[in-house]
Amino acid sequence: MNNPKEVLDPDLKLYAARKDVFPKAVNGTFRRLKWAIMAITLAIYYITPWIRWDRGPYAPDQAVLIDLANRRFYMFGIEIWPHEFYYVAGMLVMAGIGLFLVTSAVGRAWCGYSCPQTVWTDLFQHVERAIDGDRNAQFRLKDAPWGPKKIGKRMLKWSIWLFIGFWTGGAWIMYFADAPTLVVDFWTGQAPFVAYATVGVLTMTTFILGGFMREQVCIYMCPWPRIQSAMMDEKSLTVTYKDWRGEPRGSVKKAEANPGSFGDCIDCNQCVAVCPTGIDIREGPQIGCITCALCIDACDNVMDQVGRPRGLIDYATLEDAELEKAGKPHNPVLKTLFRPRTIAYFSIWVAIGMAMLFAVGNRTRIDISANKDRNPVFVQLADGHVRNSYTINLRNMENRPREMTIGMTELKGGVMWSNDGSRETAGQTLVTKVPADSVARLRLYVAAPGEGPVREDFAITVAAVDDAEANDIDEVFFERPETGE
Amino acid sequence: MMTNKKRIDEPTGTETVGHEWDGIEELDTPMPRWWLWTLYATIVWAIGYVILYPAWPMVHSATEGVLGWTSRGQLEQQMAARQMELEPIRQALVSTDMRTLEGNPELMQQAIEGGRSAFKVHCVQCHGFGAAGSKGYPNLNDDDWLWGGDLETIEYTLTHGIRNPDHDQTRFSQMPSFGRDGILQSNEIQDLVSYVRLLSGREKNSAASTRGAALFEANCAVCHGADGTGDRTQGAPNLTDAISLYGLDRTSLTDTITNARFGVMPRWGQRLDPATIRMLAAYVHSLGGGEKIPVAETAAEAKAESGDNEQS
Repeated sequence: MNNPKEVLDPDLKLYAARKDVFPKAVNGTFRRLKWAIMAITLAIYYITPWIRWDRGPYAPDQAVLIDLANRRFYMFGIEIWPHEFYYVAGMLVMAGIGLFLVTSAVGRAWCGYSCPQTVWTDLFQHVERAIDGDRNAQFRLKDAPWGPKKIGKRMLKWSIWLFIGFWTGGAWIMYFADAPTLVVDFWTGQAPFVAYATVGVLTMTTFILGGFMREQVCIYMCPWPRIQSAMMDEKSLTVTYKDWRGEPRGSVKKAEANPGSFGDCIDCNQCVAVCPTGIDIREGPQIGCITCALCIDACDNVMDQVGRPRGLIDYATLEDAELEKAGKPHNPVLKTLFRPRTIAYFSIWVAIGMAMLFAVGNRTRIDISANKDRNPVFVQLADGHVRNSYTINLRNMENRPREMTIGMTELKGGVMWSNDGSRETAGQTLVTKVPADSVARLRLYVAAPGEGPVREDFAITVAAVDDAEANDIDEVFFERPETGE
Repeated sequence: MMTNKKRIDEPTGTETVGHEWDGIEELDTPMPRWWLWTLYATIVWAIGYVILYPAWPMVHSATEGVLGWTSRGQLEQQMAARQMELEPIRQALVSTDMRTLEGNPELMQQAIEGGRSAFKVHCVQCHGFGAAGSKGYPNLNDDDWLWGGDLETIEYTLTHGIRNPDHDQTRFSQMPSFGRDGILQSNEIQDLVSYVRLLSGREKNSAASTRGAALFEANCAVCHGADGTGDRTQGAPNLTDAISLYGLDRTSLTDTITNARFGVMPRWGQRLDPATIRMLAAYVHSLGGGEKIPVAETAAEAKAESGDNEQS
């Protein structure tokens, strides 16, 4: 195939230009599946910020909101504070393991159907076909000289792409602020600069990645195709050209002339024509294959026309391919999908999900953090007592103001007061009001007789006035000067 | 064994780099051309950056860049912007009567926070980072005050300082050097030390302390009071409580009575603006020992005492 002369071929360059890919339109099962997934994923993306969710008067009513300014993440009934970021980390871990699960079962299904790069590229290619025509027309237009017709078509296509890119960026920012307000602010010039900058950047990245970079992103920029090869094994389903059935290739005429010497592949090149990444699946599994399965649709259509059985290109595992080659029956699909590896991924995925749900259901919405002030570590009072001070953070994570009782465990002769009170009114407890969904910080003074251990452990407690079950405790200590002069 | 033969790899159709290590070869896959264009774009960007911003290091400083941007200039802008933001608070603070400040929690809190940062610049050198002081430098956290611990009094002390010889309104008092000036003999001083320690419960009643009581009555009571509780109008410390500025052990007390003390604090009225002084007063007041402004004192008197700032 390759002549050694080519070693000295001056055409072999250090840098390779992108080969144009003009995928042909195709119909079939997988094309319909891709339509459906595109509709669902885009709908989720565009509609989610507009869903309302009533949380009462003290919190926003947007169902999904990443409120960076106030450091809150709202997702329907769940509100996450910055210190609960491990829930987000847990969701990311679940997303990762979910991806492992999907990949080990059905290969690069994420790449082929639901990756944003795939979805937007697919959308852009539909626009391209609507303006420029199908594959062959696009080839012709590319080679045509720049005249009014070509310029017009290019301007129209790029305008539509930019428009889609603009809406992509426009929808993104809605997740970070109240959507109806932000839309009005955006169009009246009132929105913050970062909103315009984000829309601008996302418009251009969508335009460039979806319109021009396309499969280059998957092949050169994305790490996931490399990781996936480690996730897949001989029991993972992937788009497979059944070379033992198709080879040697030959047209229908040749096959009729020489019965028995040709395989089912009629070398019509339709699988290459429809491929959105421009590869030839007949060369085997490769990094450029995102397993969108459009070549399956194309090949099935051709097989129907020439009256040969479907499935020359089909989802198959490497193991099934070996079995089929040897003329043995396939493993059952269920056995392929439910095998120890997928069950293990699924179990881990479910376990993390259940653990997070359990943790979210049981988390306390009141929290105390007491820190002893260290400079000075203690203060000698005029009457011989010693005073320590503590900085207390009281978190009220509910969407209503709450009264809380601060108390202290046993500290002999100890009394406490806050910066609102005074030593005259000091006691063992005090009540303070914490506004809805916020942290109240107060300075707590504790005074105790000067005689006693240099360091004495005790704890500061908090409990909601209306619900003693909502409580928390933090351990601190009390320090005194060394006795004697 | 390393050979140097470039060849075309059959499965990929790609040239190898020509090296082989134990049968392992490396493909010389061409880089995508857009990657090269990206590199060129970054070079163009860098050229623009070098022209616009400081870049080349020279002997004394870097090239300036046509935009004239400097990090110092940026800091100055940000500081000026911040000052503009704070100006309304400073105005409000200066125009608020100190008596009503505590009734305005928001402004009080802003004043405390402003004072917290000003304290770190101007006060920590003597009073310490946590305002805990040290020997000779008062602890501002406790509930014992030499000159008084309400907002107005603290503000006055800050504005006019303590024992500034060139300033009429400064807080001033001078304890005699009883030993050095020969007013008391050293055995009398030891008796006095015993009595002073008895006042704060550090020693038991003794013959020495009884002798010291008479000496106290004659020499000390005029400022420290007959019962030793001190006098804030002249900064005479309360000798009966647990707190002392210079120590109540025998050595320190002997030193204090023999040579006297003369603690000085600068008058900040000549260095800081009235708003900053008020912020500092609010911060010091907030540290745990702050007192209420006495109600007996009339507003007019308070104004006369603390209102006139040295700068004005």
